[in-house]
Amino acid sequence: MSLVLPPRFSRWLWRPRRPEAGPVTLTQRRVYVLPTGAGLLFAGTVLVMLLGCINYNLGLGYVLTFLVCGMGVVSILHTFRNLAQLQLKGGRPEPVFAGDDAVFPVLLVNSGGLPRYSIGLAAAELAATYIEARANETTVAQVRVPTQHRGRLALGRLRVFTTFPLGLFVAWSNVELDVQCLVYPRPEPGRVPLPPPRAGDAEGLESGTGQDDFAGLRKYQAGDSLRHVAWKAVARGRPVMTKQFSGLAAGELWLEWDQLPPDLQTEARLSRLTRWVLDATRVGHAYGLRLPSAVIVPGIGPAHQEQCLTTLALFKR
Amino acid sequence: MTTRIDSMPLRRGWMYGLLAAMLAVLAPHVQRIPLWVSITVAGLLAWRAWLAWRGGALPGKWILIPLTVLGTAGTVLSYGPRFGRDASVALLAIMLGLKVLELKALRDATVVICLGFFLIITNFLYSQTIATALYMLAIMTWLTATMVAFQDRNRALSPLRALRTGATLIMQGAPLMLALFLLFPRVQGPLFGFPQATSAGVSGLSDSMSPGSLSSLSLSDEVAFRVQFQAPPPKVQSLYWRGPVLWDFDGTTWTMGGAGTTATGGVHHEATTAPIQYTVTLEPHYMRWVFAIDLPDAAPPGTALTNDYQLLSSRPIRTRLRYQVSSRLGYRYGLDERPELLRRALRLPRGYNPKAVELARAIRAQSPNDLDVINNVLNRFRTELFFYTLVPPELGRDSVDEFLFVTRRGFCEHYAAAFVFLLRAAGVPARVVTGYQGGEMNPVGDYMIVRQSEAHAWAEVWLKDQGWVRADPTAAVSPARIEAGIAAAVPASDPLPISVRGSFELLRQLRFTWDAMANSWNQWVLGYSPERQMKLLSDVGFGAATWQTLAVLLMAVAGTVVGVMALLVLRKLGLAPRDPVTRAWRAFCRKLARRGTERRPGEGPRDFARRAAAEQPSLEPMITAITELYVALRYAGKSGKVQARRLRELVNSL
Repeated sequence: MSLVLPPRFSRWLWRPRRPEAGPVTLTQRRVYVLPTGAGLLFAGTVLVMLLGCINYNLGLGYVLTFLVCGMGVVSILHTFRNLAQLQLKGGRPEPVFAGDDAVFPVLLVNSGGLPRYSIGLAAAELAATYIEARANETTVAQVRVPTQHRGRLALGRLRVFTTFPLGLFVAWSNVELDVQCLVYPRPEPGRVPLPPPRAGDAEGLESGTGQDDFAGLRKYQAGDSLRHVAWKAVARGRPVMTKQFSGLAAGELWLEWDQLPPDLQTEARLSRLTRWVLDATRVGHAYGLRLPSAVIVPGIGPAHQEQCLTTLALFKR
Repeated sequence: MTTRIDSMPLRRGWMYGLLAAMLAVLAPHVQRIPLWVSITVAGLLAWRAWLAWRGGALPGKWILIPLTVLGTAGTVLSYGPRFGRDASVALLAIMLGLKVLELKALRDATVVICLGFFLIITNFLYSQTIATALYMLAIMTWLTATMVAFQDRNRALSPLRALRTGATLIMQGAPLMLALFLLFPRVQGPLFGFPQATSAGVSGLSDSMSPGSLSSLSLSDEVAFRVQFQAPPPKVQSLYWRGPVLWDFDGTTWTMGGAGTTATGGVHHEATTAPIQYTVTLEPHYMRWVFAIDLPDAAPPGTALTNDYQLLSSRPIRTRLRYQVSSRLGYRYGLDERPELLRRALRLPRGYNPKAVELARAIRAQSPNDLDVINNVLNRFRTELFFYTLVPPELGRDSVDEFLFVTRRGFCEHYAAAFVFLLRAAGVPARVVTGYQGGEMNPVGDYMIVRQSEAHAWAEVWLKDQGWVRADPTAAVSPARIEAGIAAAVPASDPLPISVRGSFELLRQLRFTWDAMANSWNQWVLGYSPERQMKLLSDVGFGAATWQTLAVLLMAVAGTVVGVMALLVLRKLGLAPRDPVTRAWRAFCRKLARRGTERRPGEGPRDFARRAAAEQPSLEPMITAITELYVALRYAGKSGKVQARRLRELVNSL
C-alpha cells in the first residue's frame, strides 16, 4: 500500500502547513482516495478475467468479472466513508526525556452512527497505530514519536488513513494538530555524584536533607538516617517511611551551570544538570538551579522538579 | 507515504478460512484434472494449514523451486507439450498450492485472493449452470469476507460481521455489474485461439446412422434445442426438425453425401403455406448442422442451405447458438433435381439383403407407378406385424433382410433404412433424413423443448411431378409416435427417461419450471451476445448503435449508478443536512466566514452573533435577526415551514 511519489514532489505536496488549533474535522475536501498496490493487482486480475471471458465467450464469467469490478468500485465509497467526517483532537502529552518515545494522545471523535474500523495514524515516516473508532464515542489513540533533542516536540504532520474494507483503496488525510510534547534533556548516564552543598552544612549529603521544616514523607531508602524514620507510623503497622525536611539550615544544594567543568558542551551540561535534579529529588534534598539565563531558588517536590526540568528543556544561550 | 502494513502477519483463523476457500474453488476441478494433481494441491494446502497450526517456519526457496519444476514437468508429462484448457487448469492449481506455501503477510494474501477470483472463472469453462453460479457466488462472498477480515486490524469484527460486510459490498456492486453486463461493448471471441473443447460426453445426432444409433439417443432426456414461436406453434405431428440428410449406404451404415450433396447455391423451393417464424436456441453439439422445421425458407446468418436442404454452420457449434429462421409446412422442391443426384439416390451396395431386393422387384412389378410403390411399402409396414420398440434385437450382416423378415422389431432408424432400401431397389430415388420429430411445450416459459429423446429418422422420396416428398414409415407402423410422442409409442417396459414419460405430474411440473429458469439463464446470461446487445439497444431506442454509442451510454449509466450508490452509502455520514434550518444556518456561517468572521468551534450562536456584529457593524441588524430566528427555531421548539423559509430568505439576502 505504498504510494510511490518522487520525494521532492511528495515534500512539496505535503509541505508543512500551519498547525490547526482546536479539533480538526476530516471534511470530504481534505480526504483523498487512491488505489493501493493491492488495488492495482486487483484491477489487473479483473482485466485478465475480462480477457478470459471474451476469449471463451463466458456469459457467467462476465457476470462474475463485472460483479468483482462493481464491488471494487463500491469499496472506494466505503473506504472514503470510513474516514470522512471523523474529528481529531490533540490531547496533552506527558513530558518525556530525550531518547524516549513521546506519546501523543489523539482523540478521535466519531459523532456519527457509523463505527470506523482500522483507522491508521502515522506521524512522519513511522509505523502506524491502528484503532477502531466506535459510533458516537470518542476514542483515544496513542501516537508514539521517538525523541532525540530536548525542547518542544510538535507532533507535526499526522497521516490519518484507512484501507478498510477491502484494502484496494486508501483514504487519507494529513492533519497538523497543534500539540507539542515537552522533551527534557537526557539525564547523563554513569557515575555523576551530586555537587556538595554550600556553606552552612550541618551534615553531609550522605546523612540526608535539612532538618528545619518538615516537608513530608517518602519511602525509606537504604542509607537514610535512622533518626529520620517515622517510627510512630511504623509502630502503627505502616510501611517504613523517612521524614523529609527542607531548610536552608541543612545547607543549600545548588546545581550550577558555572560550576561545571569548563570544557563541557552545552547539551552535556544540561544533561548533567538534569541527572542531578533527578538524583537530588530521589535522595530528597532540596536544591536550586542556577543557569546563565535563569535562577530557581531551592525547593523540593514534584512541582519544583518539573519547573527545573522545564527550564532545562527550554534553555537557550 | 509508506506505511508498512503489507508485511503485517495474517490472522490465523482467517488464514484457515482462505485455505478452505481455495479448496472449495478447486473442488469442482477434481473430476477434470489428474488425480495426482488433486492430491498434490490438497496436500500443499494441508501442509500450509498445519504450519499455521504448529507455528512452524515456511519452506524456503530450496524446497519451493524444485516443487515448482516438478509440478510443471508433471503437468507436461500428463498432458503433452500442447497446453489446452485442462492442462492450464491443472498447472494453475499446482501454482496456487505453491503460492499458498508462501502465504505469510497481507501481500501474499492479496495475491492468493486474486488467484481465487481467477480460479472461479476457470470453473465456468466447464459449467455455467445456475447451481455452479450459486456455488461460486458463495465462494466469492467468502473471499470478500476474508479480505475484509484481513483489513480489520483491531479485530473489531466478528466473522459473521465480516461476512455481512463482504455480502453488502457484493450486493452494492450488483447494480454496476448489471450496467456493465448489459452495456460493456461485447466482442465475439475468441481473441487468441479457440479453447480446446471436447465433444466427449455430448449427445446428439451424428453424420451417420446405423441400427441402434438413434434408439440409444432416445434414452437421453438432454435438451437438444429450445424454440420460441412468434405465433402459436403448429401441431406436433407436423414438426419435423430437419437435420443431416443421409445418401450413401454401405450395407450397415448410412452416411452423408459429402461435398456432392452439401454444395450450396442451387436451391429454390415453392411455398404453399404461410411462413412460420421462430427462434431456436441450439445446445452445442460440436457438429456443423443446425435444425429447422422442414422446410426452411432461408439460411440464418452464419449458416448456409445445402442442395439437399440441410442448414450447415460455417463452424462446429461449440457454444450455445441462437438463430431466427422461418419455415414452410407446405412446399414443393427438387422438381428439377440434378440427374447425378437422382442416380445417387438409387445406389445400393451389391450383395447385401438379397431377399429385400427380391421383394422390391416384386412390388415394382405389381405397381404401375412410383407412388404405388411407396404406398405398397408403407401399407406393408402398416398391416403386417411390425413392432415399434426402443430395444430392438441386434441385426447381422444383411440387416434389412433380418429386420423385414425375421425380427420385425425396430426403432425409427430401422424403418427408415428398410424403407429407403426397398424403394431404391424398386427404382424409386429415396434418401434418409435424420433430425427430431415433435417437441414439448413448456407452459411455464411458453417455449418448446426438443430433447435428444425426440431424435427421429424418416425418408424422402423423389417423384417426377412432385419433387422430393417426405414419407415417414414410422408413422405407418406407430402413428402414436408422431401424434403423441415417443412415450405413447413404445411399450411401457422400455427404458425411457422419466421426463419423457407422462407419469409423475408434479415432477414434470417442477422440471418445466426448472427448464424455464435454465432457458432464461441461457438466453440472458450465457447467450447475451453482441447481436443481443445491439437488439436490446435498438429496443430502447438506440437503433444502429455503434461501439462509440455504447461507450458513451455505458459511461452515462455507470456514472449514474455510482452516483446513486454514493448517495446511498454516504447518506449515513450526514454530509448534507436534510433539515432546512441547519442548512440555512451553515450557509450563514459560511457567508460570514468569507467576510472574515469565522465561527469558533464550540462557540454558541448568540456569542458568535455578538462577536460578528461587533466585527461587522454594517451587518448587525441582519446578523441579529437571523440568529434570533435560528435560535427560536432550533432551541425554543418553534417550528413551521414559513419560519424556515423566512430564515433561508434572510440568509440568501445577506
